[in-house]
Amino acid sequence: MSAAMTSSEIRSKHRAIAPSRGGRPWTFYALAALFTFYVVALYGPMICIYILSFQDVRGGLVFPMKGLSLHWFIDLFTQVRTGDVKGAFDRSIKLAILVTIITVVVSFMAALAFRRRFPGDNIVFSLMIGSLVAPGLVLGIGVGLLFNALGIETSWYGSALGAQLSWTLPFGVLVMFAVMSRFNPAWEEAARDLGATAWQRIWLVMLPVLAPGLVAVALFGFTLSYDEFARTLQTAGPQNTLPLEIWSMTLNVTSPSLYALGTVTTIISFLIIAAALGTIAWIQRRRGARAGMR
Amino acid sequence: MTLSRPLVSWLFVSPLVLVLIPFFVLPILVVLVASVFETDGFGGLIPTFTLANYAEVLTSALTFNLYFETIKFTVLTWFFTLILGFFVAYFLAFHVRNPLLAIGLFLLCTVPFWTSNIIRMISWIPLLGKEGLINSALLRVGLIREPLGFLLYSSFAVVVAYVHQLTIFMIVPIFNSMARIDKRVVEAAFDVGASRFDILRLIIVPLCKSGIALGSIFVVSIVMGDFFVTKVMSGGGSASVVGAFYEDIGVLQYPSAAASAVLLTVILMVAVSLILRTVDIRKEIAR
Repeated sequence: MSAAMTSSEIRSKHRAIAPSRGGRPWTFYALAALFTFYVVALYGPMICIYILSFQDVRGGLVFPMKGLSLHWFIDLFTQVRTGDVKGAFDRSIKLAILVTIITVVVSFMAALAFRRRFPGDNIVFSLMIGSLVAPGLVLGIGVGLLFNALGIETSWYGSALGAQLSWTLPFGVLVMFAVMSRFNPAWEEAARDLGATAWQRIWLVMLPVLAPGLVAVALFGFTLSYDEFARTLQTAGPQNTLPLEIWSMTLNVTSPSLYALGTVTTIISFLIIAAALGTIAWIQRRRGARAGMR
Repeated sequence: MTLSRPLVSWLFVSPLVLVLIPFFVLPILVVLVASVFETDGFGGLIPTFTLANYAEVLTSALTFNLYFETIKFTVLTWFFTLILGFFVAYFLAFHVRNPLLAIGLFLLCTVPFWTSNIIRMISWIPLLGKEGLINSALLRVGLIREPLGFLLYSSFAVVVAYVHQLTIFMIVPIFNSMARIDKRVVEAAFDVGASRFDILRLIIVPLCKSGIALGSIFVVSIVMGDFFVTKVMSGGGSASVVGAFYEDIGVLQYPSAAASAVLLTVILMVAVSLILRTVDIRKEIAR
């Protein structure tokens, strides 16, 4: 969604609602306080559990900190009682990569189609919105029952993959809509006039221009899958994904292992976010450098 | 190219349709079919048409309570995320003068969206618990003598967790709408003497309608379709429609669970289409 806004939109921001000359109106201070409160409430609790996950063996679920060690991280990956965390990590990341690739390709294609009206486009669009808002658990059970009726075993790479796509694809297409709306059709026309074929127009004009938006879609695909819970619960089959593992831990593990798992999975999320933002920045900079050469 | 335009469009959209049919349309139909079957009591379905499951669901007082609780949480969460999300977006769009800073602060708000919801929910436990940070701080200051019990495992905690998770779904679309508002309109209103409140009421809110609608769809559908936050954060004190559905599945009561699921899905779809009637989302996003 962050890709939906571009710097050109923000450019005129200095002429703010409040006169930009002189002092700030009182609303600025009130809203600044509200914003600060929001950010503190957003990050505060998360930071608490990251800190608490570094306690030693005497550690409990609340402050004060008892000692400082990596005990609970080791516990997480070695104890049987916490389940197969390593395997769940492995599966979740593989599944997220699969979902990401499919989401990027399919959303891009669908967004290309939706640029023009075509017979039945409203039906496809309504199906997509329906799939986005349908209760995840209900959909998951439906997929489970369907696979059951067809005699196919549920598995994380089959039924769960499909169930997750029914949620990441509508999201991806909506983000693609926002990305596409910034694409100037004149560029494609120019390419057509110069004799580019339909494939060349997509490969050589659209894809490079839309690359940052596609990275944003990939970020959505990966993280929505990596954290998906409700749709996966009844479709993952015998082997758990990571959110399911965390869920079973919240119900029966009352040690800082749970927090350690939270810290580890958040580090992975942050790495993914940083990689995505870094890629976008790299594309933009390379573009800027090229433009500067001319 | 010899292919006709609609055919090309369908070719491009076909992968999406090929996922949506087996993983959205068919599963919902399966649930619909299961809801009119009889159960043999052991998890098996007997294919005879009956509306008894619906009669059972619609007449039980339990259903009424479940829906009441779920709708209560939905309305509370919607209200608080809307107020908080609207003013956070308003602050970023109209009060932060440096555009780069505005984008930076906006990204700061979106980062947690990409981390695990479950982890973000349980992270309230060390804060809100009886021995949590808030209670011990209040005790130390001397404001209270006994730890406050209502902070965790209560309706309060459920709403806190939902608002914490979902405010971002309001901020992003509303901020997007606000960024498109022509600042000259606002300045003109200011120059002819409109008060700040009038500008908010007569210009900003109407122009943010699509953002508000989009955010509301996300928040309402996620809260109504969720059971996990209610289950954990209420400590078992509150139930939700989907939670009861999950319990039913656990004891293999597929038909009544399916009837309840169909009812919920219908209510959700009606709510979403009512919101969609106020605004053409597809046109708004692609604008």
